[in-house]
Amino acid sequence: MKKFFAAILFSCLPVLAVAAGGHDAEYEKAPVNLQDKVSLQNGAKLFVNYCMGCHSLEYLRYGRMGEDLGIPDELVLKYMNFTSDKIGDRMQNAMDKDDAKKWFGTAPPDLTLEARLQSPDWLYSYLIGFYEDESRPFGYNNKVFPNVGMPHVMAGMQEALDEEEFKAAMGDITNFLTYAAEPIAPTRERIGVYVLVFLAILLVPAYLLKKEYWKDVH
Amino acid sequence: MRVVNGLIDWVDARLPVVNTYKKHMSEYYAPKNFNFWYYFGVLSMVVLVNQLLTGIWLTMFFSPSQGFESVEYIMRDVQWGWLIRYMHAVGASAFFAVVYIHMFRGLLYGSYKPPRELVWIFGMLIYVALMAEGFLGYVLPWGNMSYWGAQVIISLAGAIPFDVIPFIDANDAKEIGEALTTWVRGDYLLSTATVNKFFALHVVAIPLVLVALVFLHILALHEVGSNNPDGVEIKKNKDENGIPKDGIPFHPYYTVKDLPGVIIFMMVFAVVIFYFPTGGGYLIEKPNFAPADPLKTPDHIAPVWYYGPYYAMLRATTIDWFISSKAWGLIAMGGAIAILFLLPWLDRHPVKSIRYKGLVSKITLALFVVDFLILGYLGTQPATGLAKTVAQIGTVYYFLFFIVILPFGHRFEKSKPVPERVTGGH
Repeated sequence: MKKFFAAILFSCLPVLAVAAGGHDAEYEKAPVNLQDKVSLQNGAKLFVNYCMGCHSLEYLRYGRMGEDLGIPDELVLKYMNFTSDKIGDRMQNAMDKDDAKKWFGTAPPDLTLEARLQSPDWLYSYLIGFYEDESRPFGYNNKVFPNVGMPHVMAGMQEALDEEEFKAAMGDITNFLTYAAEPIAPTRERIGVYVLVFLAILLVPAYLLKKEYWKDVH
Repeated sequence: MRVVNGLIDWVDARLPVVNTYKKHMSEYYAPKNFNFWYYFGVLSMVVLVNQLLTGIWLTMFFSPSQGFESVEYIMRDVQWGWLIRYMHAVGASAFFAVVYIHMFRGLLYGSYKPPRELVWIFGMLIYVALMAEGFLGYVLPWGNMSYWGAQVIISLAGAIPFDVIPFIDANDAKEIGEALTTWVRGDYLLSTATVNKFFALHVVAIPLVLVALVFLHILALHEVGSNNPDGVEIKKNKDENGIPKDGIPFHPYYTVKDLPGVIIFMMVFAVVIFYFPTGGGYLIEKPNFAPADPLKTPDHIAPVWYYGPYYAMLRATTIDWFISSKAWGLIAMGGAIAILFLLPWLDRHPVKSIRYKGLVSKITLALFVVDFLILGYLGTQPATGLAKTVAQIGTVYYFLFFIVILPFGHRFEKSKPVPERVTGGH
């Protein structure tokens, strides 16, 4: 039986090693903490004010965001929803895709799944990676996304804040977008524990039953 | 109780339920010495049921004309939709994982050798149906990797070298290829028409075939009886009642033995679903978090890991000899799968189980496993210089194993004597 368990454990190792993934050395580590409601709320606030003019969150609904982040519906409708009057609506914006393409060279992508398409670390490094470059149409270039079409919309904020504060703000946006990419992530991690405990308990009588039946087999 | 017995008698007079139950459960005698590797048959069944059930529920909310949007709708707005979707997506990988181990078990103990050739053939048909099912299902969420993966695979239909047929010239061959790919897509481009068609095949046609084949696989197995780690035929040693001395009734012995195995498998499965649902990009690939976009080719188009070995072989060929190297790649890929069907006749070793085979068999089988894993890894990576060379060596060894080693390897080793009865108990 020991051999059996060892074999099972062994057979899982490659899967886990692959799955663990870990963080990419190329990028700065993003301060992601989905339990930190203050950071998520601040990230959401910054997102609707700085990003949402161009970038939608098509698959996230205002009400869902409010519920998950602990922001009451009235406040969401008053301060965060500039495009509709329904709490159940998706977080879209009013920008015309064709116009946007003319202005920036490419239409700003929807960002609901960006944190999963790239990675939180990529997003964070991108947000803190703008630098002045006179050769670019908007005067800025980016370290992780060279010649990106997006202007440095946070330039004013970066000037007003010191480096630590700016990085923290960008960390909050990254945190919020990581939440937006998979709102159920904390739920699944919580439920997973119960499922595993249940199965572990179920294993005991199942194993004893097997032992009882097999004790006479030689 | 009398009512229940009466009902059973009534049905049994009209349908062979009692006989069937006896033949396949309570009086199906399985060797008593099954080991770890014998869990993966029942685990395949568990995953099949998982795929069927979660698939039915996904169908209730999925819409082929809005593939990408409806998957996110399932992930966010449908109650428990995220769990069902993860179970289905991770389940696809789990299916291949358990089936690969199940097939390896066959190689290990010679389970495909007479009289179990048909069991192996039905198993291979299941495997091929499963690969088709996996591909069709992968296209449905209509992410960018779905799109580009489908683009690559469907274009293979255009690489079939029809011009080897004498009266077809290169131009005709190209036209036939194009007509064929148009037919597969159901459109001049990959489009909603393609997704609708793949949806029909994925949720109705192939699952029907799969379930029928699984039925035949088990029927054929129960006709000839299970092999075991010693490769001993337990039916050769029967007691006075005609029951194999080394056999025990499948139910209750193996049902209760499989139960803890199934629970442990579920725990591993749960760890992946709840904590690593994308498997670091190996189970759900990153580019698939963006919708299909004909204008944005992903940096590197990679198949999911379970097609890796064949994809590596497809890309390994470089020689334009007689037909194009792309066509050779196609032949290598198709041949690699086709040759598995011939396994029962290629393996001419007098001994079934690896336990009693000699060193040549043991080393070459171990190398084959390593080879298959390396090819699998290379299939998911860009085919650059060194990787390509390694894939070429791997491809050659893959075929060498089946064409040379299995038929003739036994001449260069001394096997141990095979016992009359199974060893070790459980």
